[in-house]
Amino acid sequence: MGRTLVALACGLVFGAGLAISGMTDPARVLGFLDVAGAWDPTLIFVMGAGLAVTSVGTAWARREDGPWLGGRFAWPTRSDLDARLVGGAVLFGIGWGLVGLCPGPALASLVRGSTSVFVFVAAMFAAVLAHRIATRGAEGS
Amino acid sequence: MEDVPVGAALLGGVMIGVASSVLLLANGRIAGISGILGRSFFAATGDLGWRVAFLLGLPLGAWLTGLVAPATTALTITDSTPLLVAGGVLVGLGTQIGSGCTSGHGICGISRGSRRSFVATATFMAVAAITVFVVRHWIGNA
Repeated sequence: MGRTLVALACGLVFGAGLAISGMTDPARVLGFLDVAGAWDPTLIFVMGAGLAVTSVGTAWARREDGPWLGGRFAWPTRSDLDARLVGGAVLFGIGWGLVGLCPGPALASLVRGSTSVFVFVAAMFAAVLAHRIATRGAEGS
Repeated sequence: MEDVPVGAALLGGVMIGVASSVLLLANGRIAGISGILGRSFFAATGDLGWRVAFLLGLPLGAWLTGLVAPATTALTITDSTPLLVAGGVLVGLGTQIGSGCTSGHGICGISRGSRRSFVATATFMAVAAITVFVVRHWIGNA
């Protein structure tokens, strides 16, 4: 129960951060990606601040024996570079550039009542589910 | 350059960082949206609740912010269904195949010093910028 409530609070603060920083508006994100147009550097400040704080949080967590609410840290362990990593990032980059939404802002902006956001999120969910079904036997998670 | 809300951007970034840090420190989990979403499907017993709670928190947080600051509800997005479906499918598939998105690779992974996340972030940022360039300055009608 505690972990679920913490996750809800973290999601809420994360979503509020996305909204406050303007990242739930695809126009602003596309403005950042449009380096040849009227470039909008807002995303740099969001990522910079996010990275600064998360770096401290990560360094702190590394010194802890385990998470405050028990269990173990789910640290990603892989360090190899492979075609899936880069290929997936290429596909994601194309989709992000086409619409200006990545997964977090897409879910956060669902509350705006925009049909476009619903269509995007429905397609995203379908693709994620299809990938999970296709790889279900292959991955041990 | 357009009006850049530096203060709001920094505040939002700090909030994203605090949320990611607390999820890690308290629950031991990485705040990567695409990973949390992907593994919600066929989640192991006891592993689903926190994922759904976190994902529901995202729109809830954006909604509450809109109540306090109506300007944050601005949303300008294409209404082309083919573009939205293609974008959604590519983002969904790409983040699952590439094991992360802007949050998991871009914020959490780089903060951890992960080489994989650095390469993934550089790749999707560059490809997204090229995509916008092609759509806006070559095709020019989106």
